[in-house]
Amino acid sequence: MTEEVSVNSPRRHPLLAFLGRWLLTTNHKEIGTLYLWLSFTLFFVAGAMAMVIRAELFQPGIQFTQPDFYNQMVTLHGLVMVFGAVMPAFVGLANWMIPLMIGAPDMALPRLNNFSFWILPFAFALLLATPFMEGGAPDYGWTFYAPLSTTYGPPSTDFFIFGVHLMGISSVLGAINIIVTIFNLRAPGMTWMKMPLFVWTWLITAFLLIMVMPVLAGVVTMMLTDRHFGTSFFSAAGGGDPVLFQHLFWFFGHPEVYIMILPSFGIASQVIPTFARKKLFGYHSMVYATASIAFLSFIVWGHHMFTTGMPTVGEMFFMYATMLIAVPTGVKVFNWVATLWQGSITFETPMLFAVGFVILFSIGGFSGLMLSLVPADFQYHDTFFVVAHFHYVLYPGAIFGTMAAVYYWLPKWTGHMYDERLGQLHFWSALIAVNLTFFPMHFSGLAGMPRRIVDYSLVFADFNMVSSIGAALLGLTQVLFLYIVIKTIRGGEPASDKVWDGAEGLEWSVPSPAPLHTFATPPVFEPAPGEGALR
Amino acid sequence: MNTRPGNSGKPLSKLPVILALLAVCMFGFAFALVPLYEVFCQLTGLNGKIAGAAVVRDQTPAADTDRPEGREITIQFLTQVSNGMPWEFRPLERQLSVKPGESYSTRFYVRNRARQPVTGQAIPSVSPAAASLHLHKTECFCFDRQQLQAGETLEMPVTFIVDRDLPKEIQTLSLAYTLFRIDDE
Repeated sequence: MTEEVSVNSPRRHPLLAFLGRWLLTTNHKEIGTLYLWLSFTLFFVAGAMAMVIRAELFQPGIQFTQPDFYNQMVTLHGLVMVFGAVMPAFVGLANWMIPLMIGAPDMALPRLNNFSFWILPFAFALLLATPFMEGGAPDYGWTFYAPLSTTYGPPSTDFFIFGVHLMGISSVLGAINIIVTIFNLRAPGMTWMKMPLFVWTWLITAFLLIMVMPVLAGVVTMMLTDRHFGTSFFSAAGGGDPVLFQHLFWFFGHPEVYIMILPSFGIASQVIPTFARKKLFGYHSMVYATASIAFLSFIVWGHHMFTTGMPTVGEMFFMYATMLIAVPTGVKVFNWVATLWQGSITFETPMLFAVGFVILFSIGGFSGLMLSLVPADFQYHDTFFVVAHFHYVLYPGAIFGTMAAVYYWLPKWTGHMYDERLGQLHFWSALIAVNLTFFPMHFSGLAGMPRRIVDYSLVFADFNMVSSIGAALLGLTQVLFLYIVIKTIRGGEPASDKVWDGAEGLEWSVPSPAPLHTFATPPVFEPAPGEGALR
Repeated sequence: MNTRPGNSGKPLSKLPVILALLAVCMFGFAFALVPLYEVFCQLTGLNGKIAGAAVVRDQTPAADTDRPEGREITIQFLTQVSNGMPWEFRPLERQLSVKPGESYSTRFYVRNRARQPVTGQAIPSVSPAAASLHLHKTECFCFDRQQLQAGETLEMPVTFIVDRDLPKEIQTLSLAYTLFRIDDE
């Protein structure tokens, strides 16, 4: 028992050594890699569910799935994409890059970091086991409104509830770690207003996580006690109120959608200046805009509930508060455009994804403004227009942002350049496929096609066929992405330390590939002369 | 304490505790929102619920000076039974014309179609929600549970007043009852 065996001891069986290394690692780079691979895996799992949905909707009528199985696919696709693909991808990027960008040797709480990652495989094992249970998987949509999830939920709902609890614990612990790291481990000279914007956006995201993930945990706990312990939080028969569920859920849910976009804002603010070879325009306003968006996210939840019979005063408040979000978001978009203005722009793959993000995310923002208008929302509510809106902000927002980040930092992680030709092919095919998939949904939605239903009227057949063809193409482009990543890990042109000639920041001062341990002694941070802020 | 140069000087070990406490508080906040929501709804009538039995107060005509004398509004009665409730449930009058400030009564018919005794509880809801603050019930079957033997029928009374402060843009309001089965297992 007292014998000390290092995890990489040569006396161990190679498999044990491998397991020991990844199970017990406290290194921020290794944990970041684990997060990113978990996210990538679940991205394909949830993507496969999207393929089932689109195959079923290829033509009107019921082809491949029974209605209840279709509902289960819709539910799991949403849950796994939100909690399994997007959020772990951002936490993985934060783990890899925040210590490198602020000159810290590691995350502040490395063991906690290991714990927050290793909770997740168990959480998703619980969630992804539900389709094989009696009664099937959760089938009430990712928003799991009561009473669908309480009175009428299948028995597997309890596994879903505990899965959500675990995901919440993981996110909160990860967020605590990120905040403590940023507060305490910045290199000398890196004051608040000199932090890279990716670090800023993640700091604010981490606060959002700590504020709202516990509320989600509270909601699912109430569901659990309603289901099994005789309480009536959401049951009208016992004096509760199902609408209360929606208030609580969206109090979590709206900040949650900004948790899924703010890190992407940070990524665009790193990538665009690099390839425009200019300082980021309006650094300070970017920071303030991010903070304003985070604050506003707490007072707009009611715009998801306009049709629940809210009084006019409430509808007006939530409508104007929601429209107000367009102001800080507009500040950001104009800052990115102004950064490009008169820049020496080149379009390597990370830049393509970042510019694609800005343009397509703006389209999603505009449809969001349309949805914020109360009288219009009564028409759009629960139609495919909403599906088009949130896929436009999530796919080109969260996913394109993550892809820009992966292409941007992959040479630093692996020491190899990715295949630029394949990267360009990936971007252009993904761009075409995203629009082919989601743009027609605007039209079918405006014409009244309801969401979350297995079948649809014949008049929507053409739009849906186009969407399904686009979705199949979109799935293929991500297989290409997987191939590019694996190819880059296995070899390729060696990357220089700086990788991009317009890049700035501490992460480019370490060798490529980044060694396991960096910044054992804190570097001295000096922003470029004459610049108030590092981009 | 464990501090590093170039930071805000805060000890490393306190911040995680503060943040963890913040998370715990937010978990509690979710539960605190439940009673807050109840209070908010009682004040605003937001969820169409009506407080318990009303005490009939004197309606001073002064409160009604800017309104045409003798206006009449329509009140509609709606019923539904929840899943698994084997009762027939309908209003004996579909709608009534009422004058604000005056007391009216109507009755609802129920019949237990099951072969065993069943206990039910009716939950009222008023729409538009703004009207729920102005509909006062002095007597209602929804104040109590009902138990019906197999095949038993019952006519259940409601007595109510729509007060004169009802906003004048409301011409029609509906009072809906949902009947839930609440057998004690």
